[in-house]
Amino acid sequence: MSTLAVTDLHVTVETEQGTKEILRGVTLTINSGETHAIMGPNGSGKSTLAYSIAGHPKYTVTQGTVTLDGEDVLAMSVDERARAGLFLAMQYPVEVPGVTVSNFLRTAKTAIDGEAPKLRTWVKDLKQAMGALRMDPKVSERGVNEGFSGGEKKRHEILQMELLKPKFAILDETDSGLDVDALRIVSEGVNRAKETTGSGVLLITHYTRILGYITPDFVHVFVDGRIAEQGGPELADRLEAEGYDRFQGASA
Amino acid sequence: MSLLASKPQTSEYPGHTDSVAAFVPDQSRAERTTSYAVADFPVPSGREEEWRFTPVDRLQSLFAETAGTALRREEFLPEGVTLSSLSREEWLASGAPKPADRAAVVAVDQAQSVTVLDVRAEAQPEEPVRISLTGEGALSHAHTLVRVGQFAKVTIVLRHEGDAQYSELLSVVVGDGADVTLVTVQEWDDTALHLGQHDVVVGRDATVRHIAVTLGGSIVRLNTNASYAGPGGSFEALGVSFADAGQHQEHRLFVDHEAPHCRSNVEYKSALQGDSAHTVWVGDVLIRASAEGTDTYELNRNLILTDGARADSVPNLEIETGEIAGAGHASATGRFDDQQLFYLQARGIDEDTARRLVVRGFFASIVGRIGVPEIESHLMEAIDRELEGTA
Ligand SMILES: Nc1ncnc2c1ncn2[C@@H]1O[C@H](COP(=O)(O)OP(=O)(O)OP(=O)(O)O)[C@@H](O)[C@H]1O
Ligand SMILES: [Mg+2]
Repeated sequence: MSTLAVTDLHVTVETEQGTKEILRGVTLTINSGETHAIMGPNGSGKSTLAYSIAGHPKYTVTQGTVTLDGEDVLAMSVDERARAGLFLAMQYPVEVPGVTVSNFLRTAKTAIDGEAPKLRTWVKDLKQAMGALRMDPKVSERGVNEGFSGGEKKRHEILQMELLKPKFAILDETDSGLDVDALRIVSEGVNRAKETTGSGVLLITHYTRILGYITPDFVHVFVDGRIAEQGGPELADRLEAEGYDRFQGASA
Repeated sequence: MSLLASKPQTSEYPGHTDSVAAFVPDQSRAERTTSYAVADFPVPSGREEEWRFTPVDRLQSLFAETAGTALRREEFLPEGVTLSSLSREEWLASGAPKPADRAAVVAVDQAQSVTVLDVRAEAQPEEPVRISLTGEGALSHAHTLVRVGQFAKVTIVLRHEGDAQYSELLSVVVGDGADVTLVTVQEWDDTALHLGQHDVVVGRDATVRHIAVTLGGSIVRLNTNASYAGPGGSFEALGVSFADAGQHQEHRLFVDHEAPHCRSNVEYKSALQGDSAHTVWVGDVLIRASAEGTDTYELNRNLILTDGARADSVPNLEIETGEIAGAGHASATGRFDDQQLFYLQARGIDEDTARRLVVRGFFASIVGRIGVPEIESHLMEAIDRELEGTA
């Protein structure tokens, strides 16, 4: 059993108007096997939380801690965090032209495992995982995210989650821009990965739609850089009915 | 596709390409002087259009009428390929293109004779022709003629190493229906100077690929000019370069479409790192009134890895006929993208490996098309060494 603990996290970014505080004291604990949904309006800081945990250099942590089984995550470089078992499926996956998906995935797998995967099993695993996500096998010879459709990008993120088997996966709006079929396929991928590796999942979303496929154990309402309310799956239903107004009103 | 003479690039990073923005050519590319007479080319001051990016003050030895010594040459000649020489007079009679700048005319004048590489008609050697030229620190001039007989198919690899102040005129005259790949690799020591004029004459229905790989040298400036002896010809120019601190690497292309129904494709990519690393790419394409059915494209991409490096990129398309199949160009200079680095690192890949992947990826589209395995793998290893700072 592993635990990812975020405690009183404060984060700033540099903007043209000067330093801006975006996260204003986030506390959140996730255990293996748990699924936590984070829901909140645009600009409330959900991606900032995801990036800060992953170690994006643009975000400065000014206060608070992030630990993985007691280890100080904030002291680790981006790649060390990934090797420690953290995974971020990005809201806007980045294109890396000329680096083929197959080369990228093999390099990442080797880095995470500390040794190159056995060629035979790797080829088989890759083919199977791509098949399950209904990805065209030809995608593996294309550049990473190069010219991918929105849906292909999101499938490619979940493909990585399935292959890299993180302890904790943060999925930043993996559902946005997906049609119903793609949403189902991607959700099944997340559920498979959870089942086989017992990952904890932090599911960031704007809509309740994906929660019909991936059942959260906990729902956190994120407003203005902090968690405004927490509850079980029923909280999502309330948000669906009432929207975020109640929380935004309270914070203004 | 555009029927207008193109404007030079507007870069995403204007700070690195500022001198380009205001440039409008004042004369047609067809009007440049070519001549056998040294006196027709004054010593460049650096204000001339074709020298304005070049540090001419460091090139005086190559503009002076001073004799040098030949580079050390080693060669491997497969079946059907021979080396010999011609007198300057015989070369003049051959009708090959004339020198087009001061350095080239001096090279022709000072070279003792013309080295001739002949590929017999219909020869199809499996192994590439390999010629390596090594400098030992001296001034050197070379004048080389490559003659490829009709329907021959050959790959020629020219390697340059060591230290030299080297100036050359290389003419490649390709017979009808022949298929030639010429790779010129500049892996000079960091002190070397190299000025080159490479003229390619593409025969009727012939296919020629000119590939420049520039990694070393203090100043390397290659002018590659292509023209067509008949219709149906195809010319492709590929270039890969990596400029380190203090290096000046300049590649100028001129494709002169006069014959109808010919194709050309120019693709150059360079990466730059270190203080005052400088690359220059100038791509001139002229489609004359008679060149109906021309299909041409040129592309230049530059990847700036560190502050203090500078890439100049000037595509220029002149079109004198409306009856073309296609004409286009693209040019862009960008910085190393930290988002790419973050994405790869977020998958556990350490920073050095991630950088290497991104830069390799940047070059991959060209390197994968060189089609000469020994060059492709050597080049990727050399790029890795450049990134490690051990080159
Ligand atoms: N690098 C940055 N520079 C300036 N402002 C930033 C930067 N990154 C984030 N912000 C600002 O911080 C706030 C939170 O942004 P963030 O992307 O974390 O929100 P979000 O909750 O993920 O929104 P969305 O639902 O639109 O994805 C926004 O006001 C955004 O404009
Ligand atoms: Mg977001």
